[in-house]
Amino acid sequence: MSDVVEKTLSALPGLFDNVTQTGAAKITSGLKQLIRSITELTSKHEEEKLMKQELSAMKEQVSSPNTSMKQMREVMVRAMYCEMLGYDASFTYIHAIKLAQQGSVLEKRVGYLAVSLFLTEGHELLLLLVNTVLKDLQSTNLIEVCMALTVVAQVFPKDMIPAVLPLVEDKLSHPKEIIRRKAVLALYKFYLIAPNQVQHIHAKFRKALCDKDPGVMTSSLHIYLQLIRESPDGYKDLTGSFVAIMKQVVGGKLPMDFYYHNVPAPWLQIQLLRILSLLGREDQSTSEQMYEVLDESLRRAEMNHNITYAILYECVKAIYTIHPKAELLEKAARCIGNFVLSPKINLKYLGLKALTYVVQHDAKLALQHQMTIIECLDHSDFTIKRETLELLFRITNAQNVTVIVEKMLDFLRGCGDEHTVIHLVGKVAELAEKFAPDNSWFIQTMSDVFSIGGDSLQQDVPNNFLRLLAEGSECKEEDDELRLFAVDSYLTVLKGDASHLPQHFLQVMSWVLGEYSHLQECVDQREVIRLLAKLLDQRSVSSETRVWILSALTKISEGQTDLILELAESLSSSQDTVLRQQAQELRHLSRDSQLQECVLPRGAPWDSMEVDSSLSFLDGFVSEALAAGAAPYKPPHQRQEELSEERALNLEPYSFSLPVSLSSCSITDRQSPPLLSVSSGLSGNSTELSQKEGSSTLILEGVRRVWGKDGYLPQKETAATAPPVDEPSIAVHPSGQQEVAERIETQPEPSTRNQDKQQLASSLFVGLGTQSSISLLGKSEAPPPRFRKKPRPHESSSSSSGTSERSSDSSSRSSRTTTDSFLYGSLLEEEPVTSTSTTTNGLSQNKHTEGDRRANTSQILGSDMVIVRPNTIQDRHPPSASSDLTALLPSEIKDLPHSDVISLTSDPSLSLASCRMFRDEALLLVIFICNCTDTVIKDVAVQLTCEELETASLRGNVVDCLEGKSTSVCHYALLMDEPHTNVSFTGTVSYQTQPGHTNTLPFSGTLSTVDFIRPLVVTTEEYGKLWLSLSHDVKQNLKLLTDAGGDPLKTTLNALKDALQLHVVDIIGSEGIVACRLLSGAPCLLHCRVNGSALAMWLRSPHPSLPDCILYHCQRALAEH
Amino acid sequence: MQFMLLFSRQGKLRLQKWYVPLSDVQKKKISREVIQMVLARKPKMCSFLEWRDLKIVYKRYASLYFCCAVEDQENELITLEIIHRYVELLDKYFGSVCELDIIFNFEKAYYILDEFILGGEAQETSKKNVLKAIEQADMLQEEAETPRSVLEEIGLT
Repeated sequence: MSDVVEKTLSALPGLFDNVTQTGAAKITSGLKQLIRSITELTSKHEEEKLMKQELSAMKEQVSSPNTSMKQMREVMVRAMYCEMLGYDASFTYIHAIKLAQQGSVLEKRVGYLAVSLFLTEGHELLLLLVNTVLKDLQSTNLIEVCMALTVVAQVFPKDMIPAVLPLVEDKLSHPKEIIRRKAVLALYKFYLIAPNQVQHIHAKFRKALCDKDPGVMTSSLHIYLQLIRESPDGYKDLTGSFVAIMKQVVGGKLPMDFYYHNVPAPWLQIQLLRILSLLGREDQSTSEQMYEVLDESLRRAEMNHNITYAILYECVKAIYTIHPKAELLEKAARCIGNFVLSPKINLKYLGLKALTYVVQHDAKLALQHQMTIIECLDHSDFTIKRETLELLFRITNAQNVTVIVEKMLDFLRGCGDEHTVIHLVGKVAELAEKFAPDNSWFIQTMSDVFSIGGDSLQQDVPNNFLRLLAEGSECKEEDDELRLFAVDSYLTVLKGDASHLPQHFLQVMSWVLGEYSHLQECVDQREVIRLLAKLLDQRSVSSETRVWILSALTKISEGQTDLILELAESLSSSQDTVLRQQAQELRHLSRDSQLQECVLPRGAPWDSMEVDSSLSFLDGFVSEALAAGAAPYKPPHQRQEELSEERALNLEPYSFSLPVSLSSCSITDRQSPPLLSVSSGLSGNSTELSQKEGSSTLILEGVRRVWGKDGYLPQKETAATAPPVDEPSIAVHPSGQQEVAERIETQPEPSTRNQDKQQLASSLFVGLGTQSSISLLGKSEAPPPRFRKKPRPHESSSSSSGTSERSSDSSSRSSRTTTDSFLYGSLLEEEPVTSTSTTTNGLSQNKHTEGDRRANTSQILGSDMVIVRPNTIQDRHPPSASSDLTALLPSEIKDLPHSDVISLTSDPSLSLASCRMFRDEALLLVIFICNCTDTVIKDVAVQLTCEELETASLRGNVVDCLEGKSTSVCHYALLMDEPHTNVSFTGTVSYQTQPGHTNTLPFSGTLSTVDFIRPLVVTTEEYGKLWLSLSHDVKQNLKLLTDAGGDPLKTTLNALKDALQLHVVDIIGSEGIVACRLLSGAPCLLHCRVNGSALAMWLRSPHPSLPDCILYHCQRALAEH
Repeated sequence: MQFMLLFSRQGKLRLQKWYVPLSDVQKKKISREVIQMVLARKPKMCSFLEWRDLKIVYKRYASLYFCCAVEDQENELITLEIIHRYVELLDKYFGSVCELDIIFNFEKAYYILDEFILGGEAQETSKKNVLKAIEQADMLQEEAETPRSVLEEIGLT
């Protein structure tokens, strides 16, 4: 008990603190307080609670009009803190822009910082920053210019670059170097995001390069590095300048400010070295200009500090990139030794990286450091290990491939990082393909690759592997031997537990078995079928893999009718339509062996097929369809254009053709169906589309086609055209090993552990020496790959045909892309497609149509010329029976559109009714005061109050004398400045039935914003301009009305137009634009887009709360509909 | 440079600067992943880390980790020195900087960073120039804050 008391007491001061931390005190120390209380909290839950409070307090503060700029600045800093902690403070973004816009320098600084932290490129609010930036760029205050340039160099809307470009350009000749420097970096940023916009100022970049301030010059190098990386040839003339700058820097001509740990301008040196290496690459004369300075740079960088190593590393890279000079190469190689042998692990890492780079040019260098490399291979640091493997990958040859691949696979088995796995597994596959010593090793390694790589494996690894098996080399026996190995090995794998195997591996195995299991005579085909069928039963097997398996089964089904029919039977009830169809085909084929032989001939070669990419065999079908009245084919771009006008396109002929093409293709093609991709290739104009898609699909070059112009194509044998594969020359092997052996002898061998390493070294670095000795003599040829891929003759045609099957969802796909690419930006800028209403009195026009449409639902009062709009707010009182009240309206407002008359209140003597009348600039509230008695009522006075609205009595609020059974009319003009979803008004009527005896009758009612919304009649063009100028926006998905049977967008917009008083500006395709305003004040633009079954509504207005308000009423209107 | 993160030994983010456009969700995911990876590293390991297709270069100063993500081709050592130079700048500005200085004045730390690195590239490597720019902006800040008191003084006298 006492514990509790003690805790309470100790907590008390804290509580008091919190209480006193209100008002001004809270604002000034808000951030510090927040940070303190957050660090004191122990649980994540408490933190979340506190942050929730904090954020809502901030929200209140930013939306309050009384918050000063200074307070806003403080809030902004807190918002940055909240965002850093990972809480969403996006409601402050707009205020950050405001702060940058309106604040003093001090507040601007915070505002700009917040903007650069909160908003990323492409954020729409950034558009609002453009004017502020423009203003500040022209400011005479240097700090303001600096701030503007800083923000421009970080985030700026791409489309608005032309607006600020001239001002930023001017700053290149500003007297202050800090401004010039920032301007250069801003231009660099522009160049990165929109290169063609700064094309014309390349001359000015040169001026910046020659700037007398080293800082400005250094900044300009960022641009040059980028430019030269893209096209080195255009800047060769600058080599001299860069070399001269480098000489001055290395020679210590720069002011001491630019020294970093006694090294002159290291960052500048590194930039220059990178530029020089790009310029000197494969260019002897340019390289010659820089030898001297590179040498000097190597010589000068001798201090033992990280920064000198950083320069040295860059220097070594440059020396090995440019045209070689023996003397320099030697120095650079020695330099690498310093890195690799350094006890500092960071330097060792960089040494390995440098080695990895240079061994591409001179593999011998790896030999010098073989022991270090082997040590690094067993290093406890993952990063070092990985870099070592990268290095080994580069020095792999036919002799050391088994050892290196084993090392890599070992590493991969213990590696959990998916990116690393994908990356390295690809490399293993590449090595295996290039240098495999024998078939069994190759197949085994690839099996490892597939099982380790898992399902994240890049698709081209299995693709390449299968193509290699399929295309084969020139020697049929060798090919078959390889295939046989694959079949044997996969049968063994499948006999074990296959449930954990990745999908890619299963696909590869089933393809191979389907294709080549017949080669293995000692294996019963029934066994293969059983193994494959067993896979189909496994739940872990994906439906895509199932399709592969079924294709394989189709290929080996020959002669096993009983098994196959059983299988087809079991699949015919599958949920998957593709599987069902395949099962159907399977059944069909197994019954008809002639068809089987014709469709799936066994052992036919892979090349030499003729591809009918124009699909002319379908011509007859097409002309028939055309004759039957089908629409002719239109290329996608044409369809897209038309879609923008009308969404629904008749797709019938295509879907009609589907079953035919699909079934014929999927059987005849010996590739598995998932390889086929979607395309709209029915009439030959589809190459464009299918080529685009080609990248995402499996490459089908070289895959045999058996269907052509005249249907089935008989196979033609072609003579082998590729040159015979060169086996790696065996003659060089002994000398290579000998050299390594010699090197090993020179190394000390103190222990047996070391001996193991030596052994490893000899197996890892075998073959390097020879290669390098050859390269010294002359250009060395890379050893020929073991498996050489055949040239692919019909590159484009086969790829397009490979993707042109299965036109099934082509239509839906193209329409999808159309909608995707249909951005509202284009809508807003587009010329109006349909003519827009030019009636100035949009209101009355609206009313008419509305009245016609809803005549049945709304009660028409009075004469024909009075148009009634339906009630949008719920009136509690039933409509007054005295429908003739409107006849009492004064003539000048009689013709205005108005609502029903509703009864407000009544007592024995008086009854009150009201009616809302809609004038363009105000809402008129008409109050009918009806004397129910037979006697005269005197001194009737109406008092109307409404806090949210501006009210003005126009007439009749005081009536001296109201006769019995008569009615007096008074009306008020109501103006709404601040939108509120609903406002209520209250009022009293005082009157005297007897002199001196005053009665009061209170009344009240509600009005909705809808009463204050007026249509805004604009053209599409005006709308577009207005849209861009508006700042506050709200987005929301609304219900789309689909019940009416017509176009859902039109139906929905009409419903909205009726409920609120909106002006539908234009409907283009799946988008509609609508405009309205709050009385004659703030406009609100609505952009509606059909998004699936919802209507994506985007509202913009200069008024912060108007969009919310209108959205609320739209939601209600649609919900009530 | 793609981004820079400062975080404490406990994995609390102290500063984040992104030079590539990413969504908030991505940023959160990346920083969580990177912080976790860096904190798991042992002290004797090297300061570099391969992560996705980027290199993470980090260094610990007292209780604070400074961490940059650079492109794979970038020179890791010079990135390490960029971090060091930034720490030097902070140290000079705050006068032997500690984690608390950065926590409570993180906006100042951002100002200094923006003067040093702009749009992911080193802007000004001269310590003197960076600090001069910051001081000038700070001075203006003070001037902007003073006028009111000056007026009050005039009113009083």
